[in-house]
Amino acid sequence: MEIVRIEGLTFTYSGFDTPALSDINLSVEEGEFVLLLGPSGCGKSTLCRCLNGLIPHFYTGKMEGKVLVAGMDVSKTPTYVLSQYVGMVFQNPENQLFSLTVENDVAFALENLGMPRDEIRRRVDFALKAVGIEELRKRSPFELSGGQQQKVAIASILALMPKLMVFDEPTSSLDPVSAKSIIETILKIRKEFGTSVIVAEHRVELLADKVDRVVVMHKGRIVKDGSPREVFVSEEMIPYGVPVPKVVSMAKGVNKYFRVFNEIPLSSEEFEQGIRRFLHDKVR
Amino acid sequence: MIKFDNVTYVYPTGVKALDGVSVEIGRGELVAIMGENGAGKTTFIKHLNGLLKPTSGSVYVDGKNTKTLSVAQLSKIVGVVFQNADDMFFLPTVEEEVAFSLRNLGFSEEVVQKRVDWALNFMELEEYRKRSPFLLSGGEKKRLALAIILAWNPQVIAMDEPTVGQDSLQKEKLKEMIKQLNLQERTVIISTHDVEFVAELKPRVILMSRGRIVADGKADVILTDGELLSNCSILMPQVAATMSRLADLGFNAKVISVEEAVRNIVEGLMRFEHIRGA
Repeated sequence: MEIVRIEGLTFTYSGFDTPALSDINLSVEEGEFVLLLGPSGCGKSTLCRCLNGLIPHFYTGKMEGKVLVAGMDVSKTPTYVLSQYVGMVFQNPENQLFSLTVENDVAFALENLGMPRDEIRRRVDFALKAVGIEELRKRSPFELSGGQQQKVAIASILALMPKLMVFDEPTSSLDPVSAKSIIETILKIRKEFGTSVIVAEHRVELLADKVDRVVVMHKGRIVKDGSPREVFVSEEMIPYGVPVPKVVSMAKGVNKYFRVFNEIPLSSEEFEQGIRRFLHDKVR
Repeated sequence: MIKFDNVTYVYPTGVKALDGVSVEIGRGELVAIMGENGAGKTTFIKHLNGLLKPTSGSVYVDGKNTKTLSVAQLSKIVGVVFQNADDMFFLPTVEEEVAFSLRNLGFSEEVVQKRVDWALNFMELEEYRKRSPFLLSGGEKKRLALAIILAWNPQVIAMDEPTVGQDSLQKEKLKEMIKQLNLQERTVIISTHDVEFVAELKPRVILMSRGRIVADGKADVILTDGELLSNCSILMPQVAATMSRLADLGFNAKVISVEEAVRNIVEGLMRFEHIRGA
């Protein structure tokens, strides 16, 4: 079952001549984990905005083509309905927070949907725990650090338990350990609830071996849609700002002298296994 | 160039963001301040141009106590690029943003134009010069904030999380730019938790945690100390993390660059072949 289906999407913001998105065709299966890559200004954020209906409902412009999320035409579905299916976390957490306390922020959307109090409490607890900010629940979101704020924003989305979660550079403002724990949280949620995830993120070291698919955008177009190995191992994506994980460069460097890796590793773990297997085979 | 003498800073809310920080940064040094969110990195940076003055202790910039200087005076020496670039924009076009502070600093119109052109070109913002800063993407806004500071050419350039929202090509560019500024004897101070970026830049690393400096040294010493880093919510860069997994096989776990790692592994494998062959 497809959670996202985009056909021939072209979008031009009001007041602009050139489209921010050109002829985008993309489908994402339920439960898939898709990494969206590309230089800043390539259209990643615009594409994310199309998925939760911010485009065309809040950003005006000329939209052609079709965006279906969970079978619903985004342009014909009110955003409050969409919000129960698609949750979105943006680059700047500050823009998403407004309540006096963290727990009120996380509860806000649930209250708006008219959920019973017990259910709200349960979900708020779950979401705060999942991102590891239970101890912040009574604090004001505005006195928190950027990383903590982003965790609040993520918790607010998690609480809605949407079918699809879209993250627009979610770990940008997080320290590496928190970033890793956010990625682990996303993986856990995906595994436990079958949530589909689309994440735009530059920190590929944390994600290369975790995602099912990588979609590369450039100047409003999709220039590559393939497996992580296809994208990160081939050097063809470097001009598009796609970073090469360090282990890939290391493995390629080693392979020039010794044929250690038949398959180029995408993580430290895979690299280690490759070296150990090579030495083991040599000894035998 | 910069001296922190037992600096403590307590925010009006009672949060102690800096706790007895003493450190000296020399002219022309390249320094990365690293540490977990809330470690005090941003507070540290804000003391450099006098936006914050110590609650106790003193900060000296170019030998002068920041308490005796205004932010405007300090800004001529220390240019600071903040994390939330949006907060600093208020003019209708990108080029006016860059020109604004130059005009304020009293440069002639001819110099202003030249510097605006140079800075926009350097940060690859030429095509956006007539655009509103608010219509730029996150990464572009960040570059504009940098262009504004670079245009007035301060001796010390401090950047709070400069790589956030930048793709790999822009990071590469930023790295080259930082190296170039550093070669020109500029003091460059960045606060970041982008370990991969720091591993490539190889600056002096000052590691902070809970308002204190917990380590200060060369990048390859600090970034390969897994225990020290994890206490500060920092992960080892991928090269070091990978090599440390292979330490029991006799490989060098204390490297942070791809080239060193490859050399070490290849040499190790050659030795292995040699021993087996003998």
